[in-house]
Amino acid sequence: MNILVCIKQVPDVSAPIAIRNGQLSMDTDRMVLNAYDASGVEEGLVLTEAHGGQVDVILVGPDKAKETIRKALAMGAEKGVHIHVEDTDGFDSDSYATILAAYIKTTSYDAIFTGKQSQDTDSGLAGAMIAHKAALPYAANAVGITSDGASLLVKRQGDTGQEMLSLGLPCLVTCSNDMNNPRIPSLKGIMASKKKTVDTLTLSDLGLDTASLKGKTSVTGYTNVPARAPGKKFEADPAELASQLVMLLQNEAKVI
Amino acid sequence: MILVYLSTSQGKIKKSSLEVLSHSRVLASKAGLPLAAAVVDSDPARYTDEIASYGPAQIFTVADPLFAAHLNQPLIQALTQILSTAKPSVFACASTEATKDVLGALAASLGAAAIPDVSGFELISGGVRATRPVMAAKILAQTEAKADLVLISVRSGSYDATTAPSSPSVVPVSFQPGDIRIILKEILSSAGSQVDLNEAQVVVAAGRGIKDDEAKKLIDELASVTGAAIGASRAVVETGMFPATAQIGQTGKVVSPTLYFAIGISGAIQHVAGMLNSKVIVAINKDADAPIFQYATYGLVGDLYKILPPLIAELKTAYGR
Repeated sequence: MNILVCIKQVPDVSAPIAIRNGQLSMDTDRMVLNAYDASGVEEGLVLTEAHGGQVDVILVGPDKAKETIRKALAMGAEKGVHIHVEDTDGFDSDSYATILAAYIKTTSYDAIFTGKQSQDTDSGLAGAMIAHKAALPYAANAVGITSDGASLLVKRQGDTGQEMLSLGLPCLVTCSNDMNNPRIPSLKGIMASKKKTVDTLTLSDLGLDTASLKGKTSVTGYTNVPARAPGKKFEADPAELASQLVMLLQNEAKVI
Repeated sequence: MILVYLSTSQGKIKKSSLEVLSHSRVLASKAGLPLAAAVVDSDPARYTDEIASYGPAQIFTVADPLFAAHLNQPLIQALTQILSTAKPSVFACASTEATKDVLGALAASLGAAAIPDVSGFELISGGVRATRPVMAAKILAQTEAKADLVLISVRSGSYDATTAPSSPSVVPVSFQPGDIRIILKEILSSAGSQVDLNEAQVVVAAGRGIKDDEAKKLIDELASVTGAAIGASRAVVETGMFPATAQIGQTGKVVSPTLYFAIGISGAIQHVAGMLNSKVIVAINKDADAPIFQYATYGLVGDLYKILPPLIAELKTAYGR
C-alpha cells in the first residue's frame, strides 16, 4: 500500500505570541511539522509496516519549509515532494487544496492522508476540499485506521460516538492527533533522511499560477481575545471553600 | 437569502443550530434579506413547529432514512441539492463534527467561499466578515469572504437562541442518492454522561488530578448533582479513564456552558481553547500556580479529594436535591 501524506509547516503555537503593527509576532521563529500531519505520517508508517508499500510526503511552501519535509523523512517516509511557492500571500485552504489535488491526480497512491486541521488556523477545510477536487471518497477526523489491503476501515470521532467507516481505495483520510503518538526520529533516521529524494516542483509544472490561486477568503486583521474579568482565588479549609463557593455561585454569579 | 442548516440529533434540533438561526434572523432583517432554514433528516416534518418559532420564511427539507445517522457523501449531496434550489448568498450552520466533516467538500463542490468555526459574523457588501479564534485560540482573526455564496460554521455559545414566531412554508427538496463510495459499518456510542456536552448548561471536566476510581466517582456525583455533562482533558482521555467523546479542547469539543467546573485540570492552552467562552469557570487544583487559575472566575486551591465531598453536599442543598 502506497500512501501520500500532505504535510504543512506551522509556527510553534505554544510559543508566546503578540500582535505588532497588525501582524502576528511570535517569540520564536521556530517552525514545526503540524502535529495532526505528524499523526498522518505515523499512521501511514504503521500501515506500510504491516502491509508493505511506502509513505511519501508532500508539502506546499517556501524554501524554509524543506526542513519539515526532512523531519517526516527522518520519521521513516521514503520520498518528499516539495511544491515550491515562496510567497503564499493571498492563499487560503482552497488554494492549497487546488495545488495538492492537481499533483495527486497525476499519481496512483492507494491512500492520501492529511491532518484534520492545521494548528495555526484550525480551519479543517483542506482535506475534504482535496478529496472533492481529486474525486476521492474521504473520512475526516480519524482516530484509527486499519486495512484489509483492498479498503480502509476508519474509526472517526463523530458528534455522539465513533463512526466505523469502510472506504474503497483510493481514498483520503484526515487524521486526528488522538490516533497515535508520532515517533521521534532516531539518529539513524535523521542520517538516512539526508540521502532521501525530495522532488521539487513549481506551480507551472502543475499547470497552475499564483494569480488564479488567490483565495476567496482573507484575513484582514488580528485582535487579542478579550480578557476575562479577573477571578478570585481561595485557599482555606475544604469545608469552608465548599460553602464559600456555593454562596458565590448563588449570590454573586447567580448561576444556581 | 440567508439559509441556516439545522443539525438534528436524537429527534431534537441542536441548540447551537438555533443560536445560528436566531443571529441570522437579526442579520437578515437588518439587510432586508429573506431567512430560510434547512433540515436533512429521516423525518424532518417533526421539527417544523419548533423551527417556526425562530422566524424563518421557508423551511427546505430533505427526508430520507439514510439521514438517521451521519455520513458525509449523502449529506453533501442533500445540501448541494438544497443550495441549488434555495440559491442563498449565505449558508450558515453550527460547527459540529458533522458539519466540519462536509464544509470543505461543499465549498469545493459549489465554488463557494468558506469560513469555518467562527465566534461571530456579520454581512458586508458582497460577502461576510467573521471573527475566528486562531493560534490555539490565543488570537482572534478577522476574516472576510467575498463570493456569490459564503459558507459559515459557528461555534456553539456564540449567540443566544431567541424566538420570533413565523408561519414558514415547507419546501420539500427531492433527494436521489448518487454514487456513494463510503459505508457506515457501525456507530460505537460512548457510555459516558447522559447529557450532550455541546448543549450542556453545566459541564464538569476532569483532568490529570483524577487518578483513580474514588476521584472518578466524585466527578460522577458532582455531575449528577449539578445536572452536568462530563468532559475531560486530553490527558485522562489518553489513559482511557474517560471516553474520547468527552475530550474538550483544541482537538476535541468546544463548549460554552453557563457553569464550568475544571477539576484537577492544569489549564494547558490546548484545553483552555475549548472552554474559555464558559460564563463562570470554577477551578479546583492543588497547585496554586496552575495556569487554569488565570481563567477561573472562582479558583479553589486544594486537594480535590478533600474539597469535592463537602462541595457535593453543599450543592445538593443548593439545588434542592
